[in-house]
Amino acid sequence: MNWVLFGQQLINGVSLGAIYAVIALGYTMVYGIIELINFAHGDVYTAGSFVALATLVLLGASGHMAAAALAFALAVTFAVTMLVMGATGIVIERFAYRPLRGKQRLAPLLTAIGVSFSIENLLQLWMGPSPVPFPQIVPNPFFSLGPLTVGQMQLVVIGSSLVMMAALQLFVHRTRLGKAMRATAQDWMAAEIMGIDINKTIALTFFVGSVLAGAAGVITGLFYGNIWFINGFRAGLIAFTAAVLGGIGNTTGAALGGFLIGFIEVMTAQYVGFQWATVAVFSVLILVLIFRPTGLLGQQLPERT
Amino acid sequence: MAAWRALRSIAGAPSRARLGGRVVQRIAPYRSPLLVLLLFLLYPLVDHNAGHVNAAADAAVYVLLALGLNIVVGFAGLLDLGYAAFFAIGSYTYAFAASPFYGLHLPFWPMLLVAAIIAGVFGALLGAPTLRLRGDYLAIVTLGFGEIVPTVFLNLQKYTGGTNGIVGIDQPVLFGYHFGFNPVPYYYTLLGIIMLSVVAVLRLRDSRLGRAWLAVREDEIAAASMGINLTTTKLLAFSFGAFFSGFAGALYVAKLGIVSPDQFNFTVSFTILAMVVLGGMGSVFGVIAGAGILYEFQTLFLTDLTQWSHSLGAALHLPLLTRLNFVNLKFLLYGLGLIALMLLRPEGLFPERRIKAIITERVSEEIPPGDVTEVAGVAGSAPAAEGTPPREYAREE
Repeated sequence: MNWVLFGQQLINGVSLGAIYAVIALGYTMVYGIIELINFAHGDVYTAGSFVALATLVLLGASGHMAAAALAFALAVTFAVTMLVMGATGIVIERFAYRPLRGKQRLAPLLTAIGVSFSIENLLQLWMGPSPVPFPQIVPNPFFSLGPLTVGQMQLVVIGSSLVMMAALQLFVHRTRLGKAMRATAQDWMAAEIMGIDINKTIALTFFVGSVLAGAAGVITGLFYGNIWFINGFRAGLIAFTAAVLGGIGNTTGAALGGFLIGFIEVMTAQYVGFQWATVAVFSVLILVLIFRPTGLLGQQLPERT
Repeated sequence: MAAWRALRSIAGAPSRARLGGRVVQRIAPYRSPLLVLLLFLLYPLVDHNAGHVNAAADAAVYVLLALGLNIVVGFAGLLDLGYAAFFAIGSYTYAFAASPFYGLHLPFWPMLLVAAIIAGVFGALLGAPTLRLRGDYLAIVTLGFGEIVPTVFLNLQKYTGGTNGIVGIDQPVLFGYHFGFNPVPYYYTLLGIIMLSVVAVLRLRDSRLGRAWLAVREDEIAAASMGINLTTTKLLAFSFGAFFSGFAGALYVAKLGIVSPDQFNFTVSFTILAMVVLGGMGSVFGVIAGAGILYEFQTLFLTDLTQWSHSLGAALHLPLLTRLNFVNLKFLLYGLGLIALMLLRPEGLFPERRIKAIITERVSEEIPPGDVTEVAGVAGSAPAAEGTPPREYAREE
């Protein structure tokens, strides 16, 4: 076995997994709080890439900018994208999911699929049916790590994902709003009796999840150099798999699941054939659901109907 | 209760007129469907536009698919987002058996049944791992299957033709008559199969199994505690649902002459689901209407609408109107339509009466007065016999 190749793929797997992990956080938070698979989440992530592209074009960003100007442009892009996507999340929740909350169980799922399809097709209308190039403005020199090489962008991807996950953990576990979110997820009725505004808390959950997805969208664009309106469907499904693998409703689990799925995808592509990577990931999903439906770190059985 | 007994004694009283009346009585509720069927039988004789008949035949394929998916989603309440996988399996089964690819040229009619059976078997196989899952997990796993199956057909190039698929699939022959590329014989074949399917599905719905599906849909735990075997019931729902997609698949590729993996992507599953939801989940005639309406909407109406808007734009000098292409907006319209439907009319356009009662949460207290006569009619034969539609049980407390 070629260990250098394996190590190299491991680095690729971790950087891919980092993006999945950030998306998976959004799925797991929403599922944890209202038990809805937000099919539109993957598309919110891709919409983030598109908004980022539009913002960069608007700012006239290019690879020839001075470092300070570039950093400023990137900061603005991240801020704009995250805010726009966060707002989108709130709008989706308010108008598509809230009216159906607590209703017959198929309706919200079907609505979620409808939202997902609508976003995908709006993106297609906006920038066309083919993949769109994303400006490669961040220099991407390679460093050697013993026999391995790692790109600067890979470090940025992994680093920023870890920062976001840490920030989310702090937010959920150390702030009042985070506490309200956890309380609502545990028992919304009791939370409401204790004076928590359920509607605001759920809207906040969508906001935070979508902000993370938006950030992941920017990172994806910068990292891969092209974006496509349909990406969100596959990425969303994979990220959901990651959330299930880690134990749905559990933010640490989602992060762990993301990295594991990235690893599985990259290793399947390397050792079995790239065309089987998706099949491998979905097979993992099915196997996990059969043999350990609680996921790796999950506690509660997903049995409630 | 007293009124109930009175009705029963009246209906149960022997009378000579009832023997002939019985046939009429049994057909009577289906008067309008039979009338519609007659119109569809005459349609190709009236419309000589081959393109229209062709579109109608393709729509009929989707009607079959919608009938099958309705068993899974509408009757048993299991959200299947990967239904195109079974459609693919049925299609490839016939393509393998009747094309130059393997040099096999098995006859169409028996293969039609074989394709349906194989799809049905896969329905049970793929359904098996999902049985322990609750609604939304089930949705995501079936979505995964819907992605895996076409990918497998794509990747096993040596055995399936890969991206290029399989071409030159045999066209059906009936008593020496070659179907060729003429849409009319396909249209009539599909119409016949749909007719048989509708009868089968209605009988199935009112059978013991069908009532078990409805019970599982309403409340799994209650159904299980009434002695319904959840595993068998759900597996059979998947299996029967897939069975119809096998029919549809074999007919579809025989008509088209080619099969390739990209014919079975998620948009197909989504379209069939949208048809079922639009028509009304659980309502047999509803989903048929839903499939027909949506198919004609996407193939004929959107094209026409685009042309109208172009000519209107040219006449009014509005460049925006001339650039609009509604066909490209199809899936956006579907997505928005699905949201709107769920928010405004979740029971669909032509709901089954029972579904409507459940969604609006008005169970058993108030059943529309029309039911009383129907109850009497059924009670005449034998109260609570096999084949009694489940909604009558609500009256029997």
